[in-house]
Amino acid sequence: MSEIVTSPAFKENARAALADVDLQQALKSVEVNFIAKRRASADKLPEFEALRDAARDIKDHTLAHLDLYLEAYEQRLTAAGGQIHYAVSAEEARAIILGICRKVDAKTVTKGKSMVGEEIAINAHLESHGITPVETDLGEYLIQIRGELPSHIIAPAVHLTKAQIEADFRRVHTHLPADRNLEEHTTLLAEARAVLRERFLAADVGITGANFLVAETGSSIIVTNEGNGDLSQTLPKIHIVLATIEKLVPTLEDASQILRVLARSATGQEMSVYTTISTGPRRPDDPDGPGEYHVVILDNGRSSMLGGDFQDMLRCIRCGACMNHCPVYHAVGGHAYGWVYPGPMGAVLTPSLIGVDKAGHLPNASTFCGRCEAVCPVRIPLPRMMRRWREREFERHLQPATMRYGLAVWAFLAKRPRLYALATSAAAFGLGWLGRAKGRFRSLPLAGGWTRHRDFPAPEQRTFQAQWRGRKRR
Amino acid sequence: MSSREVVLGSIRRSLGVSGREAPRRQAVADRLAHHPRGLVPERGQRPPAERLEVFRQMVEAAAGTVAKLPRAEDVPAAVAAFLRAHNLPMAVRRGDDPRLAGLPWERAGALEVTTGASDGHQLVAVSHAFGGVAETGTLILLSGRDNPTTLNFLPDTHIVVVEARDVAGDYETVLARLREKFGAGEMPRTVNMITGPSRSADIEQMLILGAHGPRRLHVLVVGEA
Repeated sequence: MSEIVTSPAFKENARAALADVDLQQALKSVEVNFIAKRRASADKLPEFEALRDAARDIKDHTLAHLDLYLEAYEQRLTAAGGQIHYAVSAEEARAIILGICRKVDAKTVTKGKSMVGEEIAINAHLESHGITPVETDLGEYLIQIRGELPSHIIAPAVHLTKAQIEADFRRVHTHLPADRNLEEHTTLLAEARAVLRERFLAADVGITGANFLVAETGSSIIVTNEGNGDLSQTLPKIHIVLATIEKLVPTLEDASQILRVLARSATGQEMSVYTTISTGPRRPDDPDGPGEYHVVILDNGRSSMLGGDFQDMLRCIRCGACMNHCPVYHAVGGHAYGWVYPGPMGAVLTPSLIGVDKAGHLPNASTFCGRCEAVCPVRIPLPRMMRRWREREFERHLQPATMRYGLAVWAFLAKRPRLYALATSAAAFGLGWLGRAKGRFRSLPLAGGWTRHRDFPAPEQRTFQAQWRGRKRR
Repeated sequence: MSSREVVLGSIRRSLGVSGREAPRRQAVADRLAHHPRGLVPERGQRPPAERLEVFRQMVEAAAGTVAKLPRAEDVPAAVAAFLRAHNLPMAVRRGDDPRLAGLPWERAGALEVTTGASDGHQLVAVSHAFGGVAETGTLILLSGRDNPTTLNFLPDTHIVVVEARDVAGDYETVLARLREKFGAGEMPRTVNMITGPSRSADIEQMLILGAHGPRRLHVLVVGEA
């Protein structure tokens, strides 16, 4: 697990994010671009909603039979000449990967974009053992040279402005002429392409993630737009796939169903540019491709999510639609969430993986507007699960005492409707009388969180319930 | 206990199963054996000529270009014309695919044709696709000597030949052909599904073509469907 967990400081992180001018500028485009593009591509495919149901059902079926599909997958993978390594924990996965790299005396490792790679912090581990990991997805490369975590699961550097990227390139690419022009988006991309091309050709090992593992054929499938995953797995001698257990799907047809909702939900593309199905190492006659194919299959706490309140989270296909549509993400960006997975999916997954004691703020950072669930391609009930985490937090006494007592008082009244009506009527009357002169309060005891930012209006009439009863009688 | 046993054991404990239940095993075996087609969008389900038109539109929507050629013998001249139109050097790299090897390349004038995988020094590659999918304008290419995978990614420009009759409406049709060619459960090392040229939107979400893979993808559709 990554040591850099700042989820417990979500509130401070969020405050800093709101005051960060560059970040706020970068975040503006998230709300506009992603939402409109997803809408347009979903509207263009009449079967889109039905495909979401199909994708959900495939994932549910697979999870209910996960042990058997894993065994079938392993059998096919081995028959194709691949090697499978099970890892219970992040630590074990890191050790396996390091072992494979050491066996071939690897100096550099190129990496296709992998969120699981971030989850197990593989880069830091390789580096501390003298192996240079090179991120090759442009966004991942940008955050690697800045020493940051991704701020979005499909657009890791969405928090950066062009000016920041130019400054980073000038700082890191010191072998290039200092007076070169880097003003355009295209020149920045061309420079990254040239720098990374050299790294691709020199790498000893390539590590990629997987969007799917296919039980029928023992294949891994990755989806990219740049081709980073393809060069990472085609050029080096060894291809290591790092994937978690819930990536399994039964057949290629099942993968096709989910592919139809993946890119549309993520970037609004009909299909990502490169969808690559890899099975085993290069065949005896092949002129290119890796000589060894390893799959590290990681659990890291996921198997215990099965059969419980959070099993549905294991349907997630990591498209990022939930964060693209989240008003909280739009306001604070991904880093505030304090670990690898931000946004609504992170708010549900992170407490499962690192503990609700550390990540308890995340499921609370939601307005429950429901947009995440409305757009989720596999229909994960994200708000319901965030609510469940809040309940767990309450059960485990993890919230501050004032909040717990406040909720206890409210619950006491809410369970006694007559008393509740009486108390609220009295409060409405009392506040209305006290504030009758100005019609509002500048400050109120126990409501400082509200009145610090805006006035509290004095109630002008009876309570809602009282009015409702009155109207029904009429 | 091995990590494999720990992971499988934990999955079974959470699901409350032993792994020996006959109905569960049957459900899994059936699905793997019959690989049911799910919901296939109507978009690609057209008569051949219309299907090719959908394919062309979708390739172009993904920033690729398409030319239709009546016969395979027209490929070399079409390749040469494309190179001239884009001011590219008259040299291409291809694999051993007999459908490419048998073409009259000498008719394309000064075009230099070399064969083999790419080491990153070739500007233009020509590949032959296994098939195409009209639904999203996707090409399907298989690894091997015939069409080395590096040709799909290292050169700046990728020209892909696909036979019109191999352009299907949907992915499922091409998957069925794959099973027919390699046998159930068997696959080549790599199946590349390619939809348009390489791109990145990682800098301020501005879409730019030519990230790590080709900047240009040109598709030559040969013959009649």
